[in-house]
Amino acid sequence: MKKRNRKVIIIGGGLAGLAAAVRACELNMSVDMISYQPVKRSHSVCAQGGINGAMDTQGEGDSPEVHFYDTVKGGDFLAHQPLVRDMCHQAPAIIHLLDRMGVPFNRTSEGHLQFRRFGGTLFSRTAFAGATTGQQLVYALDEQVRKHESEGTVTKREWHEYLGAVVDDQGICRGATIHDLRTGKIFTLRGDAVILATGGPGNVYSRSTNSTVCTGAATTSAYLQGAKYANGEFIQIHPTAIPGADKLRLMSESARGEGGRIWVPRTPGDSRPPKEIPENERYYFLEENYPLFGNLVPRDVASREIYAVVYEQKMGIAGEAMVYLDLTHHRKEYLEDKLGGILDIYRKFTGQDPSETPMKIFPAVHYSMGGLWVDYEDDGHGMIDQNSVRNQMTSIKGLYAAGEADYQYHGANRLGANSLLSCIYSGLLVGRAAFNYSKSMDVASEDISSSVYEGEETIWNNRFEGMKRMNGKENPYSLHSELGELLLENVLIVRENSKLSSTLEKLEEIESRFKDVKCLDTTHWSNPMPSFINQLRCMIQLSKIITKGALLRNEFRGAHYKPEFDLQQPKNFDPHEYIDYLERTHYEEVNDSDFPEGHLDYMKRFQANNEKWLKTTIAQFKNNGPEITYDEVNTSLITPRPRKYD
Amino acid sequence: MKPISLKIKRQDGPNGRSYWQTFETPYRPFANVISCLQEIQKSPVTREGKKVPPVVWDCNCLEEVCGSCTMLVNGKVRQACTALIDNLEGPLTLEPMSKFPVVRDLQVDRSRMFENLKKTNSWIDIDGTHDIGEGPAIPDQDRATAYVLSECMTCGCCLEACPQFTLDNSFLGAATFSQVRLFNMHPTGATQKEKRLEAVMKEGGITDCGNAQVCVEVCPKKIPLTDSIAEMSRETSLLSIKKIFNS
Ligand code: SF4
Repeated sequence: MKKRNRKVIIIGGGLAGLAAAVRACELNMSVDMISYQPVKRSHSVCAQGGINGAMDTQGEGDSPEVHFYDTVKGGDFLAHQPLVRDMCHQAPAIIHLLDRMGVPFNRTSEGHLQFRRFGGTLFSRTAFAGATTGQQLVYALDEQVRKHESEGTVTKREWHEYLGAVVDDQGICRGATIHDLRTGKIFTLRGDAVILATGGPGNVYSRSTNSTVCTGAATTSAYLQGAKYANGEFIQIHPTAIPGADKLRLMSESARGEGGRIWVPRTPGDSRPPKEIPENERYYFLEENYPLFGNLVPRDVASREIYAVVYEQKMGIAGEAMVYLDLTHHRKEYLEDKLGGILDIYRKFTGQDPSETPMKIFPAVHYSMGGLWVDYEDDGHGMIDQNSVRNQMTSIKGLYAAGEADYQYHGANRLGANSLLSCIYSGLLVGRAAFNYSKSMDVASEDISSSVYEGEETIWNNRFEGMKRMNGKENPYSLHSELGELLLENVLIVRENSKLSSTLEKLEEIESRFKDVKCLDTTHWSNPMPSFINQLRCMIQLSKIITKGALLRNEFRGAHYKPEFDLQQPKNFDPHEYIDYLERTHYEEVNDSDFPEGHLDYMKRFQANNEKWLKTTIAQFKNNGPEITYDEVNTSLITPRPRKYD
Repeated sequence: MKPISLKIKRQDGPNGRSYWQTFETPYRPFANVISCLQEIQKSPVTREGKKVPPVVWDCNCLEEVCGSCTMLVNGKVRQACTALIDNLEGPLTLEPMSKFPVVRDLQVDRSRMFENLKKTNSWIDIDGTHDIGEGPAIPDQDRATAYVLSECMTCGCCLEACPQFTLDNSFLGAATFSQVRLFNMHPTGATQKEKRLEAVMKEGGITDCGNAQVCVEVCPKKIPLTDSIAEMSRETSLLSIKKIFNS
């Protein structure tokens, strides 16, 4: 008998999905790829600035260990450390691999890779291809997958949507339910493993930097089937985006990496054109408040500062919610070469030229650090056992997640240019895990009783028939906008418990109004409406995870800022004092007099807070909402300590 | 401000007949064609007051980097997301691209473009994903040339504009030629150069190009397509000559 290839179903064709596919093909698996659209158009193309890997090509003393430290600190110590460490150590090899695939990375005069600086670090470790690095990486991996496709190992099903996992009565995932977006047909696919590489959920906020497909529906569907969802409340707000009605378009951190400066006029309401405002009447607030990192503080810090300047100090440009991002001190040719792609976007949507006038920007929802809870196995030496079947597996056996859809690489805040890295790293890792897992299973999905699949198919067919018959008063797209506005107003940068709990109540209202939705299109060909109604159903559930997680977490960590629980770090505090303090408490009593005034008290507060809150949030679907519990974080390699960037 | 009026060419399915409907949405500063279509979704009623299914179209990134939302806006092929209402003559007309089969309304099927990339081996053959060290050193000027070619988002504008490219012929078109040039330029990609050139020399290949030069005018990424075409002509001629001498 011919030996059958094991089969993996990969949902999503962005960087994580493509990387998983390439790896799985190399391991001789047959791959089914499911995507809403041609994979080349996935949201990863929107990533602009670059991909991190510490190669120290400029003799600055960088190393993967420093990259590891920066990432863990940037994430406020909420990420599992062996994973981050392994990722940072593999980063140089990943960049070399992409380079070999033909990514046109910018070069040095000798023709080697060039690196630039990004936020949250003092080193130049970001490799980049102009200002469209994500696009270039997607294309390179897409081309590799196309090669495998032409050899017959990959079957792409574009214009298809994942609805749910097929789970047998032992709780093992045996395939996926798929919706053909053209014919409307719902069917199941058999697979020995299923990988969700479905990206982030920015669209629950309605307006974000995300593409329109980023609804989080696939991961939420897994959660509704029993998978754990982790750290949902940690949503990254990118400090610099172009305000807009349909989308908040990203203005990459690379603009600041290339020297872009953020400022507002010192006189509130000053309505002079920016070029007429003299240097000494400009308030470069990041540079003044953070002399060490300046404009390249991590994103959570920068977004909070912009918020404070605009809403507390009322210093937004001409009284509006905007600040300047200024590149006009650079030569035009320099900017075109290094940042052409993103400056074009600004020009196209605002009609202004950033090389002549400072850009007007404001923070926007950008990335979810949280996602499906997934497992990992360390090797006992602070790295990852690359062959473990547990790597990237959700709490449903056989169902995997990778990329922005998982939760584990960025803790409470992601550093710029680490997302492309984590997507590809976790994609390659999950490809191997899925392969080893499928080999370890005694029963192949092909031998599972067809009743398992038929059951799932029936459930989804009935659900979609029901949605098509919905004939209430609510327009689903308008209801979605309302959902987004609610979250934008209450679950964004500054979080308050009273607002969060009223938001939870309003989400219940939205959910009951959802039952009164009207399906405005009941035709049977290429009809996006039933899909959207299903996605909206998921977005409402996901909003509850985010909001409830935020409500219950009474602390300030990374992107989750609750002023009420700010521990008030003393101005002159040095994080090393905390390490000193921890050591001393091992051996002796510590006294106030051992530290500058107020510091001991602060450190005690910090320690107590970490004992309580340095935990992964776990949401599980119970009684039509998330039940929240907390899990330990692996902090075995670097002692968690207060963050400081000035 | 006057409402924005959009005349949209619709079609219920690949074999259906097309028909026009006009919609009006309130004026908003910085509105673009996509944000108007989104408004129509929220209240799909024609100007005459008839309730109809919302218009169907493709889009994703909304910042002109994914290529999805290509359509004809006032008769000109482009991405709808960067079509700012303030810069356009009203009333607007929206039509699906005409050189690809219509799926529904403004959606078209561009899979032919991706098939062409397969036919021409448009990828770099690598040994594997394991760590085998650095890639080849590449002069930054070469990188800069490659980068421009590599920005092609397979949107199809160049093919819509091309008189040679039709719904039912097999012409590869400018985008594909330019990709072949890109992969042939790369030090590792060059190992497969002849294979790619042979694909470009078959029926529908480079010799069918009528040199109308309109492709380069409509490319939203300003890719020097006519240079790519000239380069392909040159490389294929050289290969033909080489073959004559070797036979
Ligand atoms: S070459 Fe230009 S016009 Fe043609 S598909 Fe590529 S990006 Fe679009």
